[in-house]
Amino acid sequence: MRWLFVKDLQIMRRSPLLTAILVIYPIAIAVLIGFALSRGPAKPQVAFFNEIPEGTPLVIGGRQLDITGARGELCSRIDCIDVSSEEEARQMVESGDVLAALILPKDFITDIESLASLTPSQPTVRVLVNEEDPIKAGLVNDRIDALITQANLRLSEKVTRLAANYLTLLLRGGQLNLLGQTLDVLGLQNTQSILEAIQPEIPKDSPFAGALQRVITFARLARQNLDLAKPLLSSIAHPIEVDKEVVSGSPPSLDAFAIAVAATVTLMFATVLLVAGSLALEREENAFTRLTRGLVAKWALLTEKIALGIALSIVVTLLMLAGLSLFVDIAWGRFPLILAAIVAGGAAFAAFGAAIGGAAKEVRASSLLAFMISLPIAFISLIESGTVSPALYDVIKVVRAVFPFGPALDAMSGGLDAAGPALGLPILHLAILAVAYGVLARIAIRRFV
Amino acid sequence: MPSTWAHRPGRHGASTSFPGVSGQEDGEFVIETRGLAKAFGDRQALRGVNFGARRGELLAVIGPNGAGKTTLLSILAGIRKPDSGTVSRPPGEIGWVPQQAALYRRLTVAENLRLFARLEKVSDPEASVEEMLEQTALGERRDDQAGTLSGGNQQRINIAIGLLARPAVLLLDEPSAGLDPRQRERLWDFVLALAGGGTTVIFSTHDLAEAERYGRRLLVLADGENLFDGTAPELHAAVPESGARDFEQAFVAFLRERGH
Repeated sequence: MRWLFVKDLQIMRRSPLLTAILVIYPIAIAVLIGFALSRGPAKPQVAFFNEIPEGTPLVIGGRQLDITGARGELCSRIDCIDVSSEEEARQMVESGDVLAALILPKDFITDIESLASLTPSQPTVRVLVNEEDPIKAGLVNDRIDALITQANLRLSEKVTRLAANYLTLLLRGGQLNLLGQTLDVLGLQNTQSILEAIQPEIPKDSPFAGALQRVITFARLARQNLDLAKPLLSSIAHPIEVDKEVVSGSPPSLDAFAIAVAATVTLMFATVLLVAGSLALEREENAFTRLTRGLVAKWALLTEKIALGIALSIVVTLLMLAGLSLFVDIAWGRFPLILAAIVAGGAAFAAFGAAIGGAAKEVRASSLLAFMISLPIAFISLIESGTVSPALYDVIKVVRAVFPFGPALDAMSGGLDAAGPALGLPILHLAILAVAYGVLARIAIRRFV
Repeated sequence: MPSTWAHRPGRHGASTSFPGVSGQEDGEFVIETRGLAKAFGDRQALRGVNFGARRGELLAVIGPNGAGKTTLLSILAGIRKPDSGTVSRPPGEIGWVPQQAALYRRLTVAENLRLFARLEKVSDPEASVEEMLEQTALGERRDDQAGTLSGGNQQRINIAIGLLARPAVLLLDEPSAGLDPRQRERLWDFVLALAGGGTTVIFSTHDLAEAERYGRRLLVLADGENLFDGTAPELHAAVPESGARDFEQAFVAFLRERGH
């Protein structure tokens, strides 16, 4: 078996394209993922057309709000591209230069201010979107919805605070500016105090004594109830509070998960393609019958191919992780666990590749088959529960269980991050798959003769 | 590049004389089959084939397409198992040279020989490599990748690999297919020398002239049936009424007479 292993390494060395791909592929993946993780997500570009006359203040309840700061905050979440007309905004959206356009109409400020008046009108923001691309459309809708929800929340906070101020004035008294005039408001608390001070002076048999008592009681009850109204008002601004409790699973960080996905995809393609091609090559070169005529047992040949796959998977995946460590932190302290995950994943992928190589019998056909099977399985295995119908997810669970990608990803996540899944079960799963695919490969190569 | 194949005395004898000339047909069979049958689904590839080959004998297996020639050789080589019947093989290896060169085209000539010598567990692989390079006269191209060689030279390595374990019996499946006349001649010089050295050579061929010229004995298969076992003149004599002027005509008449 040793000499077969050496022979395969010699053949790989003589195939510069294959070797280059095997080295360049993990490095390219590492660089791409590294840049993606280190740069963070790009902000969507949105055209911004402000029709509000410059310098228009936003005054709610006599208080002037900072509009410039609001725009800055908005444009920190999206990449605002200022445009000078609605037509320009429309053209940019149509041409795909921006994902959407946000138009603040002239009367936007007036409408917001009217919310604090007796004749409120609904402020409206206009949004232009290009929905030719469903993915982009979804992204834009989500972003715009989030921004509008947040703006609504801010405004409702201001209006609520204003209403609370009015309530405080009504309760405790004070000064109110109305139509340019300053009015003194007595307040329920002062009213109650004044009436309680007057009450002893009124004879008990006076016809006013009962009426006075009723007014004092009303003032006390009104004050107490309005006191309760203030927390009620503040709860309107934040009607729902999230109390999150994790009952199952402790997910790894997004970075670790992204690295695990990249490493597993690299591991899968490199190993499956190499082993499938290498086994199919034995038949294509007509060497299979010569080898298995007594020189090498068929099982030994398959074991050698799987060992080759494992060796390659270790080299390629570690190369990729080393490249990634230039951009993000890799927990090298967990190296034994990472190595265990790579070896287990490599064994299962190699056995899977051997089954493909045995079934395809030709190198080109095996490469095509490897791509055709591996790629959709990788995508399907990344679908999470709750994102598709339960029946479909049951099918996906079966696919995850039958093919090595899902457990290999779990093992890699567990190896890379302490918060990831425990390693034991995925490794056992991969070992079972390695044996099962090894048996399938053994059956498949009977057709080689 | 050397123009001819070299040859060496085989381990089964020091003679370099051609078989059939020195009376090597006499003696016990080195390899023998009895009632060999093999079917692939509904198709019967071999129907009770009996034959034997002696030390140093050159036996040509001929027959029309689908006669069962390759199936017979692959059973003799141990690649396939017969459905029924027995094969008595000599102790040690049987050299197997498939029709298509069975070697790694990205490995050099020497690396191919070395790999198979090691897998054959030859006591001194390097010495065997040198010996085969000398025999195939490919020493100057030892470091060339096998895929860069001509079909004839690839076939030389193919045969050399089959000889690494110094087998008592060498099986050649259509050894000259795809070779030009000059390459064929070199090939047969080499094979004749092997047989002269005591190696029993059993080869299949479509080329009747080649079978007549080099086969000291002929085994005629048709539809898996062993129709004839003897020399070319004996086959000719088996169809005296046919008026066949040459071996090819005699062969066709023979098959027609037997309903094939």
